[in-house]
Amino acid sequence: MRRGAIAVAAFSGLLALGPLVLDGYLLSLLALAFAFAFFGAAWNLMMGFAGMLSIGHGLYIGIGGYTVAVLLVTFGVSPWAGLPLAGLLCAGLGAAIAWTGFRFAVRGVYFALLTLAAAELARILFEHWPFVGGTGGFFLPALPPGNVPLLTLRGGPEFFYFAFLLLLTAALVLTLAIRHSRMGYRLMAIREDEDAARASGVPVLRMRIAAAALSGGMTGIGGGLFALMNGSLFPNTMMGVAISIEIMIAPIVGGLGTVFGPAIGALFVMPVHELSEHLAQEAGVFGLNTLIYGLLVLLVVLFLPAGIGPSVARLLRGRR
Amino acid sequence: MDLVAGVIANGVLMGAVYALIAFGLTIIFGVMRVVNFAHGEMVVIGMYAGYFLWAAFDTHPLAAVLPAAALLFLIGYLLQFHLVQHFLARPAHVQFILFIALALVITGAHLVAFGPNPRGIFSLASFEVYRIGGLRLDAVRSQAAAAALLIVALLWAFLRASRLGRAIRAAADNRTGAAVVGIRIRHVYAVTAGIGMACAGAAGALVAPLFDTHPFLAPEFTLIAFITVILGGIGSLPGALLGGLLIGVAEAAAALVLSPSMKSVLSYGLLILVMLARPQGIIGSPEGQR
Repeated sequence: MRRGAIAVAAFSGLLALGPLVLDGYLLSLLALAFAFAFFGAAWNLMMGFAGMLSIGHGLYIGIGGYTVAVLLVTFGVSPWAGLPLAGLLCAGLGAAIAWTGFRFAVRGVYFALLTLAAAELARILFEHWPFVGGTGGFFLPALPPGNVPLLTLRGGPEFFYFAFLLLLTAALVLTLAIRHSRMGYRLMAIREDEDAARASGVPVLRMRIAAAALSGGMTGIGGGLFALMNGSLFPNTMMGVAISIEIMIAPIVGGLGTVFGPAIGALFVMPVHELSEHLAQEAGVFGLNTLIYGLLVLLVVLFLPAGIGPSVARLLRGRR
Repeated sequence: MDLVAGVIANGVLMGAVYALIAFGLTIIFGVMRVVNFAHGEMVVIGMYAGYFLWAAFDTHPLAAVLPAAALLFLIGYLLQFHLVQHFLARPAHVQFILFIALALVITGAHLVAFGPNPRGIFSLASFEVYRIGGLRLDAVRSQAAAAALLIVALLWAFLRASRLGRAIRAAADNRTGAAVVGIRIRHVYAVTAGIGMACAGAAGALVAPLFDTHPFLAPEFTLIAFITVILGGIGSLPGALLGGLLIGVAEAAAALVLSPSMKSVLSYGLLILVMLARPQGIIGSPEGQR
């Protein structure tokens, strides 16, 4: 626990120095990596600790994002109020899905498909809801001159770099705390053997709802900030299948069920993603990036089944 | 009234093709307990096979079914034998990521090889209609549905009656027992995966004249296959048939009543309802669920 805390402090402290040496492009790239590390950490709470596979986490990004954006643009509510509201709403949604799922004994693959169905249903409804712009999208107005990022929670790459780094740090601390708490042990017991956990008095349904609410709420807040960063929202990019899958890749590549897995995975995957996109553009071959990305994920699944994080940790320990 | 009947009839026709796609997904799951999240990509491979056969030789759409099925059988056999086999004992999420990676690779390869532009088959046959009473049925669609139902029926008979089909069912029921009586499990699994993906490929060739082929169609087919399979009952072959017809009609009805772009709303609603009320599917047995 103490070593973990030192590691979090070192990780975030080092990255906080980033803006001293990095330019705007790299900062926005890293801000995106932090965002996906954060989403991955939230998803990891459900999958990595409680063993609940959600393949529809885009739902929370979308609902969180649209909540913050609509409140801001249509009702003039500051994101300072919008973000917590988005978190609460998504926590409620997560709890509702977990409750319906497990209340009706929807297990394993079925639960995963239930999350996917909920996300797809929301996407289609949003695409046909004129109030949120439908497929045409929903746009935030341009920033006024003399914008104060800390007031509007909108700004340049540097602001979002720090904002997502802060969120990610909070998520790492939270994961670390949960990992060593009663809740963490209970969740991992459910993941390993649900029936045995129930027999030892773990309130399985309640723990699952708690994990889903926490994960959904975090993702909702992240989604709100994500929308503020992008400035535009489309149902397909905010809650489509693609973003739901994208969220999962970082924690799985980095190391499922570990504290740092999602962060390591995102910091590894994002540059590869960007580099392959660059390569595809240079070569003028459309789709080369998708191919490279797919091959990379395939290689990790084949040769580093536990993820990069644990393999690196083992390497470091071996040297010592 | 005629409009409604026509919509339902066309929904049934499309549903037969969905049933074939779902049949492939459900047989793979039923035997190996693996969910093929790259199923839609297999359909798209079949569509490209159909398109290029038509573009090169101007063949009748139905002529592409066998080559597409053979190609996908080969792909499925090799994938299962050399890759998926090693993942059978791994947790569901690892298998999931494996298939997502495969799906990305296939879509990427499609994009690199054929580009993102949609490719449509233009033939005079697509203007033909069959008239049954007051009902007008699209000819290409009717032929696709008939072919899909025929393939499903043939596979059904194959699984019931043939030696290999019985071996497949034995391996599904009791893996250890099947191995004890001398069934080569790994080969049987690979054949099963081949059959499952051949279904997707055949369906792809059948729908190639109906939709313009492009790489990004894949996720939609995967999702339709999932909904279909879960509605009917995962691992249940009659369930796949029933689910396919239901989804076909639901899509057609939603497109008529709501709007064409909302055609899948009713399917997802139906899916969530069935999941909550009868998680094993309409026909599936409870033990098929795990």
